[in-house]
Formats: sequence, structure tokens, C-alpha cells
Amino acid sequence: MSIVKTLATSRRVLNQLLHDPRTLAMMFVVPPVLLTIMKYVFQDQSRVFDHIAPMLLGVFPLTMMFLITSIVTLRERTSGTLDRLMTMPISKFDFIFGYAIVFCFLGFLQATITGFVMFNILGVNVAAGYLPTIIAAVLTASLGTALGLFMSAFASSEFQAIQYMPAFIFPQLLTCGLFVARDSMATPLQWFSNIMPLIYSVDAMKQVTDNSAWTSALTGDLVVVVAFVVGALIFGSLTIRRREKS
Amino acid sequence: MNTAVKVKDLSVIIGNHFRALDNINLELPVGKTIGVIGPSGAGKTTLIRCIVGRLRITSGDIMIFGQSAGSPELREQLSYMTQELSVYPDLTVIENLRYFVTMAGKSKKSAHEIIDGVLKDVDMTNRAGNLVRNLSTGQKQRVSLAIALIGRPKLMVLDEPTVGLDPVLRDKLWKLFARLAGEGITLIITSHTMDEAERCDDLVLIRDGKLVSHSTPSELRKRTNSKTVEESFLKLVGGQE
Repeated sequence: MSIVKTLATSRRVLNQLLHDPRTLAMMFVVPPVLLTIMKYVFQDQSRVFDHIAPMLLGVFPLTMMFLITSIVTLRERTSGTLDRLMTMPISKFDFIFGYAIVFCFLGFLQATITGFVMFNILGVNVAAGYLPTIIAAVLTASLGTALGLFMSAFASSEFQAIQYMPAFIFPQLLTCGLFVARDSMATPLQWFSNIMPLIYSVDAMKQVTDNSAWTSALTGDLVVVVAFVVGALIFGSLTIRRREKS
Repeated sequence: MNTAVKVKDLSVIIGNHFRALDNINLELPVGKTIGVIGPSGAGKTTLIRCIVGRLRITSGDIMIFGQSAGSPELREQLSYMTQELSVYPDLTVIENLRYFVTMAGKSKKSAHEIIDGVLKDVDMTNRAGNLVRNLSTGQKQRVSLAIALIGRPKLMVLDEPTVGLDPVLRDKLWKLFARLAGEGITLIITSHTMDEAERCDDLVLIRDGKLVSHSTPSELRKRTNSKTVEESFLKLVGGQE
């Protein structure tokens, strides 16, 4: 693995995104706008909004980053550029970590901007304050990135990649405790949500909402999120084959 | 004859049954333009993907400059231009080239000179700052070719590099291929166009995954008692359709 080639890949992906204002708007404008819409959906129930806003701060970036990363990576797989790169003297880790670095950086920017809007414009009160909330949100956005990189291997077109939203992300959204407390769900659904990564992001957001201090449960949730990120990146790099099966 | 590529008893079975290549044996010389021709679905792309090491072979072996195809040592010695454009449309021409120069392991110091050189080769110097997505198909094709030229690899494998180009540009590129071969570079080029086949030093004709012929265009014409390669092609392949 070469740090020069990894960073060159990050720079190249960043340059591609800078030439694509719509994707940038999707990343940095859509989550704060959605959060603002939710504020007015719950305009007479500000307590409810205060409770769910931090969770949405995790959920929106995760879904956006999942969608964008899976499509951008898929393009690389289908446009012939990955084919070309795999015949060149680069490691597949240069490729996958090049992507991970830039999208984690963008996830940081996204979480910071959305968090700024949530705290300073929408006036949401979060017990743990700004920093733990942003850390949890950044890790959640990174999770979306890593899952997008991984899942792109199983799609052969952009149409299929988009289908992973309802097939892979929506079941997690429905069972992560955002709509109904998890302990009141049917037991099999609780088992299901326990093995899916989104629940740990949402739980981390609940921790920062409910506790003014950094709790061990928050640490535990974030460790699991990081483990999922690392696992998805490793499995993602395994799906890139130097020599394809005939 | 110095051999660039030696293919021995190569077979590729796709899925469980489809024999994409069937017992191919070939020796391709150094410093020549070698055309791989055949009808659609004949196995041309499968053969070159095996040569560049992107496709796992079922049996047989391929040696390139004495090393097994796909070995890490070969990655600095060959370039591959895929049938798809394999460039980033949302980057400028120069951004694409800069990235691939780094990926090819060339130093930052030499990057400027390399980029200038390949842009001149494909006559795209005045488009260096343009976004690739705003270029015509032919210009995009030339950017893709410029990337394949980075670092003057010993072996260039080009999958239909002139598709969609106008006759003037095709002529220019074939002159460039001849010049590169003159410098000692081996070029393996797939094509559907018979007038391009005439310009190759060597022709490999494939049909249904089997090697039908490997000779120079003039030998092929003589052997089939034809005036053109197209006529030879039709005699060898078309008659069996």
C-alpha cells in the first residue's frame, strides 16, 4: 500500500465531487433542510422534536452517504476505470482507503454543518452538548460510507444500487427505535435490529440526548459502529478482485 | 523472434459450460502491432483480459516477457485500454492524466513531461483543461488512449481503441501505433474494421473461442487467395455463419 497513491485517490474523488455541485448539495444542503422540515412537522411538539432530532442527525447522513458512496463506487466498477486500475501497480487498499478517507472527511463536514443548524438555528437541546453529538454523527456518516462501499460490490447498475436503500437501509430504519421503542417490538425484530449497524448509531444518539456526561454505553455503541466501519471496509476491499472469476 | 506474449493451451470456461476460449496457442512478437479480429462474441475481449491478468484462466498459461500474466512485476510494463472509456468524465483531461501518472508510479518530477508528451501524441494539448464529460466521443477515446500511453509501457493492450472515431483521426492513431511499434512497444489491438486489420503487422483471427489463423495480413491474403483481408475474413469466418 502506498500513502501517495491512497491520497491521490482521495484527491481525485474530491475533485470529481467538486465538479458535481448537485452531489455536494445532496450532501450538505439536504440533511439540514430535512431536519428543518421535521422541526415544522413537530412545531407543536418541540419536546418530541428535541428527542428525535439527534437521531435524525445520525440517520440522514448515514442514508445520504450510503447512497452517494455506493453509486460513486459502482460507477468505478462499471465504467472500466477499476479494470484499468487493477492492471496498474496499485494496491486495492489504496483504492478503498482513498475512498474511505475522502468520504469520512465529507461525512465530518456534513455532520458539522447539520449539527450547527440543529443546535444554533433550530435550537435543539441535547444533554451531552455539541462535541459528543458531532462525534457520534461523524461515525454514523462513516458507517454509511463504509456500507456503501461494501454494498456497491453486489450491484451491477446504479438502478440496483438504489434498490439497496429499501432493501438494506429501510428495514434498519424501521427497527432501530426511531419510530417505536425497540423493547415493544416483536422479539424477532429485536434480534434483527441487534445484528444491524444502524441501531448502534441511533442508540449512541439517544445516549447523547439523555445524558449530559459521556457514558460507557455511548462508548460501547461507538465502538460497535467503528467495528462495523472497519469490517465493511475490509470486506469491501475483498470484493475488489485483481483477477476476476471466469 | 523475440516473444512478447506466449499463450499455451489457453482455455477459459465461463460459468459452468460456456467455452469462451478453447485451447489457444500463440506467440506474439515484440515491437509489432498485432490485430485481434473476429466476429462479435468470438472471444477477443476474453483473450486480452486474460493477457492483462484481469480474468482467471481455466487451463493453460500465458507468459508475458517471460513472466506469468497478472504477476505484480508486469504491472509497470503493460497498459490496458478497455472497451469502455475508462476515464473519469467529471474530471478534466489533465486531472485524469495526473491521477493515472501517480497510479502508474511515476514521480511527480516527471509527471509534467509525461503528460505533455501523451497529450501531444493524441493531439489533445488544447483540451487539457476541459472536463471529459464535455468532450466528443472521439476526444474521450483519445484521453483514454493517452492514459494507456503513460510511461511508454512495453506492452499496450487496446480493446477497440478507434471505435467511433472519424477516418482522419483513425489514420492518425494508426500512424501513432506504427511509430510506437517502431520504438519497440508491442501493441495488441482488437478491431472489427478490416481496413484497420490491413495495417497490423500480425493478425490473430478468432471465431467461437478458437484460433482460426495467426499470420501477417499478406500471408493471410495469399493463403486464402484473396485480394483483401476482408475477403480472407469472410472466407474463413463469414462462410461458416
